[in-house]
Amino acid sequence: MEQAQSLWQFMQQQSDKLLQQTLQHIGLTFISLVIALLIGLPLGIYITRHKPAAGPVLGFAGVMQTIPSIALLGFMIPLLGIGPLPAIAALFLYALLPIIRNTYTGIEGVDPLVKEAAVAMGMTRMQVLLKVELALAFPVIMAGIRTATVINVGVGTLAAYIAAGGLGEFIFGGIALNNTNMILAGAIPAALLAILLDFLLSLVQKMGRRRRLSTLWAMPVLFLLLSSFYVLPFGYSTRLLAGFTPEFMGRSDGDIGLRTVYGLKIRTVVISDAVMYKAAYEKKLDVISGYSTDGRLKTYDLVVLEDDKKIFPPYYAAPVVRKEVLERYSELGPVLNKLAGRIDDSVMTELNYKVEHLNQSPEKCARDFLVQQGLYREPAPVKEGVVRIGSKIFPEQYILTNMYAMLIRGYTGLQVETKTGLGGTKICFEALQHDRIDMYPEYTGTALLAILQPPAVDTKAG
Amino acid sequence: MIKVENITKTFGEFTAVDHVSFTVQEGENLVLLGRSGCGKTTLLKMINRLIEPSSGEIYIDGDNIYNRQPEELRKKIGYVFQNTGLFPHYTIAENIAIVPRLLGWDKQKIRWRTVSLMEKLHLPGEYLSYYPQQLSGGQQQRVGLARALAADPPVLLMDEPFGALDPITRASVKKDFRQLDELKSKTIVLVTHDVQEAFELGHRICLMDKGMIVQAGRPEDLLFRPTEDYVRDFFEDQRFQLEASVIDPKDYDTLIRAFDHFKNKGK
Repeated sequence: MEQAQSLWQFMQQQSDKLLQQTLQHIGLTFISLVIALLIGLPLGIYITRHKPAAGPVLGFAGVMQTIPSIALLGFMIPLLGIGPLPAIAALFLYALLPIIRNTYTGIEGVDPLVKEAAVAMGMTRMQVLLKVELALAFPVIMAGIRTATVINVGVGTLAAYIAAGGLGEFIFGGIALNNTNMILAGAIPAALLAILLDFLLSLVQKMGRRRRLSTLWAMPVLFLLLSSFYVLPFGYSTRLLAGFTPEFMGRSDGDIGLRTVYGLKIRTVVISDAVMYKAAYEKKLDVISGYSTDGRLKTYDLVVLEDDKKIFPPYYAAPVVRKEVLERYSELGPVLNKLAGRIDDSVMTELNYKVEHLNQSPEKCARDFLVQQGLYREPAPVKEGVVRIGSKIFPEQYILTNMYAMLIRGYTGLQVETKTGLGGTKICFEALQHDRIDMYPEYTGTALLAILQPPAVDTKAG
Repeated sequence: MIKVENITKTFGEFTAVDHVSFTVQEGENLVLLGRSGCGKTTLLKMINRLIEPSSGEIYIDGDNIYNRQPEELRKKIGYVFQNTGLFPHYTIAENIAIVPRLLGWDKQKIRWRTVSLMEKLHLPGEYLSYYPQQLSGGQQQRVGLARALAADPPVLLMDEPFGALDPITRASVKKDFRQLDELKSKTIVLVTHDVQEAFELGHRICLMDKGMIVQAGRPEDLLFRPTEDYVRDFFEDQRFQLEASVIDPKDYDTLIRAFDHFKNKGK
């Protein structure tokens, strides 16, 4: 009950943002849907007339569909940069297959005898297409449009990773910030949106032929109107554009601190850290929330701004370990501490640079460093017991995870299992709390602010 | 009047229709008779250009049909399909009104025409708002005929129009068909593999085999004066019924001959 109440409170509090994100989401969905319809429908009709083209066209659209959405967005960035354009392009590609395939299947499914009868009565090719083929294929085509719409609402959440807005901002922000209400404030409207749009389109699909005729004129108008919901937030005084990660957006040692302590009010878009550095390098963004140890700072020659008002606590990498694991394997603590004091920011930056820019494997990089420090040992004889190490998804964490794994194997003989696919602070911490992993590398500042969550007043005062 | 001259249709190596010529007089019913695969349906579909011939010419009332827009040509030729070919998404009224609407008739005239056709074909008026799948096979076939007649075309092409019906329904639809005044003045080409039907409905019959016309003529010509063994063999199984059906009771000679034949066959 308390949970539901506070979710409601959160949504009320953030109602401006929620409304804006929802409208952006609807806009993104429909812009890409309209483009997919403008291209998919004629293409679907074309391949019923030119059968040899059907295989390649459906094959191409099918391949597009199988590309994981994050990867597709990734492909789009070098071509189209960041922001709405690559997001719309990716959503368009996803919407294409259901529309082309259902148009093709729908028309192919029309009884050839009915088509022949239409021709025999003196209908022109266009009349046969409009009055017979499309009219009879309509329910199938509508089913395709419904599928495309639902896909677009779902994949549209990922638009938040490349600064295109939408309800994904809340979802990914919430995951990063360990804020369940924020996740739900994005996820529930997205789900409701998918259900609602699917339901409305199903009404059109089931409509009788005559009522349909009037509705069909309204549909493009409505789709275009919905498309126009997508407007970038303008009206800021500066021309600077900042790109912050979802996590940074919601943290007091982040956007909130920048606004309250520094009074920094610039146009801000939400973006994934995976593409943020490159976007800054390509002058798509002016300010980003980089990690001070990220190798890409060096690669892309980015400058780190000084935090003279001290809103950022120090971020020392430190292993977070379950207490009972430390107690069970008493030898573990001293081994993990061997790294203490050996990695400062410039060392870490150098290590990251090797992996990110010189394409070394994190494993080799970790091993070289341990060897150089005189810490490396070949794996000791295997003992009973497994330590599960988690990591967030970026190179620095991979390197640290590898170092810990090598140290544990070399000095204790315990076996190590690594789980390197944990999407953010919240996921890592939840995994730790629920005994899915035994430890993961964390940063002191993050641990303090995002996990321990001191009351907001404290940080504002600081 | 339809005049078919030396028409040929090949599909790759296969010759479906091989140098066929015939003439159908105005108001005449011509039956294209033959086993399946003999080319009769292909021949029929060339008359309204559903299929374009490989060579040869067809004239309707002296005009070469290949000099006209196919769509314009087809609106003046009624076409009845074996399996009706009704539009499943159109009501019965809309189905019947297709060609008149393509021709731009005004609504009142279409309405009047549709209702009168329903009456003539013994279909209840409330069926007008039904969809084809709500009707029985025989009723659908009547609607198919009404649709072909709606714009009162001078020429009617029929492709096995009773072929998909059960014998009892077929008999009743055929009866209505024969009694329909409108059909008396029409030039009709009808395709069938049913010998009985050919004799019942055809003023003249073209018996086809392997894309060619084996013999063309009145039913009694084919029956009593076959030019080839193929023609004689074709009717052999049903000879007695056929002969009985073509005999004019006044024609004593014919009657005797039929009787003798039957007697000889009995021995």
